[in-house]
Amino acid sequence: MAVTAVDAAAPITTADGVPLKVSLARTERRKTVTAFLLVAPLLAFILVTFVFPIGDMLLRSVQNPVVANLLPRTIDALESWDPASGELPPEAVFAAAAEEFARRHDEKLIGKISGRINYDLSGAKSMIKKTARKFARGQADGVTAREAFVNIDKRWEKVRTWAIIKQAGRDPTPAYYANAVDRTYNEAGDVVAQPENRQIYVKLFVRTLWVSLAITVACLLLAYPVSYILSIVPTRISNLLIIMVLLPFWTSLLVRTTSWIVLLQSQGVINDLLVWTGAIDDEGRLSLVYNMTGTMIAMIQILLPFMILPLFSVMKTISPYHIRAAKSLGASPAKAFWTVYFPQTLPGIGAGSLLVFILSVGYYITPALVGGRTGQLISNMIAYHMQKSLNWGLAAALGAILLGGILALYWLYNRLVGIDKMKLG
Amino acid sequence: MALPAYATPVDRMVHYSVRTGAGLVFAFLMLPILVIIPLSFNALPYFTFNEEMLKLNPDAYSLRWYQDMFANEQWIHSIKNSFIIGIAATLLATLLGTLAALGLSRPHMPWRIPIMSLLISPMIVPIIITAAGMFFFYSSVGLSQTTTGIILAHTALGTPFVVITVTATLFGFDTTLMRASANLGATPVQTFFRVVVPMILPGVISGGLFAFVISFDEVVCVIFLAGFEQRTIPRQMWAGIREQISPTILAVATLLIVFSVCMMIVLELLRRRNERLRGIRPT
Repeated sequence: MAVTAVDAAAPITTADGVPLKVSLARTERRKTVTAFLLVAPLLAFILVTFVFPIGDMLLRSVQNPVVANLLPRTIDALESWDPASGELPPEAVFAAAAEEFARRHDEKLIGKISGRINYDLSGAKSMIKKTARKFARGQADGVTAREAFVNIDKRWEKVRTWAIIKQAGRDPTPAYYANAVDRTYNEAGDVVAQPENRQIYVKLFVRTLWVSLAITVACLLLAYPVSYILSIVPTRISNLLIIMVLLPFWTSLLVRTTSWIVLLQSQGVINDLLVWTGAIDDEGRLSLVYNMTGTMIAMIQILLPFMILPLFSVMKTISPYHIRAAKSLGASPAKAFWTVYFPQTLPGIGAGSLLVFILSVGYYITPALVGGRTGQLISNMIAYHMQKSLNWGLAAALGAILLGGILALYWLYNRLVGIDKMKLG
Repeated sequence: MALPAYATPVDRMVHYSVRTGAGLVFAFLMLPILVIIPLSFNALPYFTFNEEMLKLNPDAYSLRWYQDMFANEQWIHSIKNSFIIGIAATLLATLLGTLAALGLSRPHMPWRIPIMSLLISPMIVPIIITAAGMFFFYSSVGLSQTTTGIILAHTALGTPFVVITVTATLFGFDTTLMRASANLGATPVQTFFRVVVPMILPGVISGGLFAFVISFDEVVCVIFLAGFEQRTIPRQMWAGIREQISPTILAVATLLIVFSVCMMIVLELLRRRNERLRGIRPT
């Protein structure tokens, strides 16, 4: 039987006559599609239930539909009016507002409008409700609409009131971001700093960063000796010791937070112990909880395992001979540590510190429970605007700033450590 | 590691101070857990040790807070909720996460890094932002104040852990085993269930346990999404701490600690099995 001679000019084909190149490309494509199809369900799930909702929520930081939709004619009429002129808006604005206020009162929508304007002008809620009620019942008296307004409340005579309504009617608006960095619009529609007593968010952001930094440094200082000891003792012992790191790590956050309250409160274990030993007297009990001290102590304990575990995994790989070699070459113990050992632990320090910092910047539960009034962080403010003040636009703006910062740090973590190298437990 | 005979006084000082320091940190880590357990057996409604307790007088200890808990319908209801939500979210997260990890560890996976970053993001985004986003979304699709809504939310939070652990197990997975199986006449389905699954099972189970613990401990999404009917254990504890902290919470906390000890033991056994299967000898 003669072997078919391979014609050098003809392309190589598979058994069924398809050119090898085509066949190979097809197989490769099929493998790519299979791999993608395996990932697709989770990808779709995360996009729909996680990415999309967060994106939608963050859009609220620029959306401002309430006033624009409910007082369209008033806002239209205000368009040509310039607050910087120092004059009150023309009569057409007052007439449109009177008519729309009355209508929204009957539709029971006036609360939405007054609530929205109240974000920017405190006291506006009752003023608008009262005005709308009187217009709806025909109790407003005055020759012109403007006089009727002023007779109900003197504040309608202020340029600032109308300037704020004009601002509130802008959609989309940069106003929530301005508020989130302690800025507001003045009568002329320029961005200016909030009055001193209302500047809270920048301070809170700065405080959150400082607290997170302090927690990170404290965790590093506490974790370093622990990880070192874990890395040099025999495996048999380190397996036992690491339980003391992993058990707190696995214990419910609520349990640990409860426990810190029990330990730190003024009638709690630590204060009792200090009184009993005579270190403090009964009147001098320390206030360790429901303030920043409590937040810091509890958060350091909760986040410490996130520093110990990466440090330990790096230190485990450092050969003890390096230090001995340095010493035998004449280095003092301090110098051997600083020039030989410490640089080798830098990857662990970087990974652990970034992780702890990222986690603490967005921390919510512990500050909310043990922070009291002074131990709150930025997340707690977001929760406050979500649940209590219902200023969702501001909550979204604060959240977007926080998320932006976290994603930048996450990107850095990915560059330095690699998210695919993230290990658990 | 013992000190060598030639250690200088400075060496000794460093040696002992590092050990003392580490010991104190270990104590700091364990303190909250160790204190709460005996206090949960306190016969009196206080949160501190009294003299009788320190004398180990049996009358100073009691099970009244445990009885309190099991007699309280709200606690029983929240325990039930926690398990229903936790188990459902775990099954869903494990299924989706394992499939995704199998795809992600194939060499042909396109856009691996961006997709991986996206899939892990629920672990990174601050929980308050996640909860706020879900609050609006689930209200608009009619899933707020439903168990389904919370299950979906917890599934999203749990999947990154499954993806990470299963990917780690697949890293270093010997693909020649799959070819060997095919060579011996197994169909792809047979290969998957009889070769791949037994190998990655420890990773899948530990990922699932992570997902369960995440759901079991999660409170912020529950605060935003759940009504009174869907209260879970952490939500109930949250309410207890915020309103009036009662020693019953300590009993619940102790049970949760026992529960996490069990989790840890299972995980450790799985880790050992995984190392044995992959031929990694303990060092």
